[in-house]
Amino acid sequence: MGRETFQRSLNDLQDNVLVMGSMVHQAIQRSTTALKTRDLRLAGAVIADDEAINEERFRIEEQCLLLIATQAPMATDLRRLAAALNIVTDLERMADHAAGNARITIIIGNEPPLKPLIDIPRMAEVCGEMLNAALDAFVAADSQKAYQIAYRDDEVDQLYDQVYRELLTFMMADPSTINHATHLLWAAHNLERIADRITNICERVVFLSTGRMAEIKGQTARAYDNS
Amino acid sequence: MTPTEVEPTTIRQEANGTPLLRPLTINAAAEALPSTEAPALSVRDLQAWYGSFQALKGINIQIAPRQITALIGPSGCGKSTFLRCLNRMHEVIPGARATGEVLFEGQSIYAPGINPVLIRRHIGMVFQKANPFPTKSIFENVASGLRIQGAPKAMIAERVERSLHQAALWDEVKDKLHQPATSLSGGQQQRLCLARAVAVEPEIVLMDEPASALDPIATLKIEELMMQLKQHYTIIVVTHNMQQAARVSDTTGVFMVRPDRAGELVEVGPTRQIFTNPQDSRTEAYITGRIG
Repeated sequence: MGRETFQRSLNDLQDNVLVMGSMVHQAIQRSTTALKTRDLRLAGAVIADDEAINEERFRIEEQCLLLIATQAPMATDLRRLAAALNIVTDLERMADHAAGNARITIIIGNEPPLKPLIDIPRMAEVCGEMLNAALDAFVAADSQKAYQIAYRDDEVDQLYDQVYRELLTFMMADPSTINHATHLLWAAHNLERIADRITNICERVVFLSTGRMAEIKGQTARAYDNS
Repeated sequence: MTPTEVEPTTIRQEANGTPLLRPLTINAAAEALPSTEAPALSVRDLQAWYGSFQALKGINIQIAPRQITALIGPSGCGKSTFLRCLNRMHEVIPGARATGEVLFEGQSIYAPGINPVLIRRHIGMVFQKANPFPTKSIFENVASGLRIQGAPKAMIAERVERSLHQAALWDEVKDKLHQPATSLSGGQQQRLCLARAVAVEPEIVLMDEPASALDPIATLKIEELMMQLKQHYTIIVVTHNMQQAARVSDTTGVFMVRPDRAGELVEVGPTRQIFTNPQDSRTEAYITGRIG
């Protein structure tokens, strides 16, 4: 088989994307744990470690550009590099959302909790599962799997709606909780955005596999299209 | 479906007024092209041999007018053989023959009674190695085809200048038109050959690896030229340079070698699609460098 050097470089690039994905997965889990357990030190570590994720993104981007400039990739190779360029951007933004939740933990500090956090950690759990599966789908260029993963965004959206309604109830019942509740709402929103970013990754996997760019729509939009 | 006779709006004529071809006939069965215009060339079941060796098998393709069609594929797949079949240069080689149909303006160029020399006036060719007439000047090289046609002197001068402009060579040679063509650089000579080809106003220009012997800058000049020329001419280019094919062409055809060593056309499509999302696995393997 020709182009062994190029193939090794592509494999290396793919591995780097997976490593970055793993760093982001860890950031999501750690920031959620910090929020749940009020661990300010852990929150601080998530914020500090975001810098390394940013650097990883730029490193992978440079790697992609170098391969494009020197190897003149075509077809699947080109689509894989284009997908990787977009995926690392989404991963970096997901890490920013995780760091955002870490900052919320620090802002909330030692305020008494409104209630035990259940749905927010559940959102983070689903996001983590989606992220791992999306990166596996990227490696395998599996568009069917990508669609299945993206549809789980509906699950995260529903959890977010639940959190929103519950926090709204708290705020209406007791205005003194507005500050705290708003921060929790932001935290849930960050996780909802993380799931949206994973859907973007799935769209890139579909593009990699089929050569077609298409938006993967949520449940409501799909129901509207089918009506 | 039967061919449909249409009122000929233009009949190309010899200088003495004799029609070069019979009235235009458009074959209504021609496959639809994105531009909805009739194809510049229709190729059906073209096969070619060198003696007993079959070099091409069952080639079917429609060439869109005033676009650049690139033909790519590994060495020995029959791209250049195919190109030479399109203006009956293939049969010039001793022992070489071709069967099948090549329709130009709805008429078969291989029909009995068709003069191959007249075909080559409508379907010109530029070769890999620039081949200006070594004993002639720059001016005379471009004028040679017109002189054979018996064109008037005033027309020749005007057409030579226009052709050299079209070949982006005029500014470089206007003050030395009567110097030998061989005094030009390789890239200039190739552009001179291009000027010579377009001077007789063909409909189609065939180019067999026109830039492979040139340096990168000269190559880019030829490519720029091709992009300009396609406004007036249909261009079919054979190239080993996939990036070149991707840069300049609108449509790309991919040739491959069959197990029996004959060449076949495995995929034709818009260039953007061929190089980003080819449908045939052999195309994918070739353009990603895994084979060939």
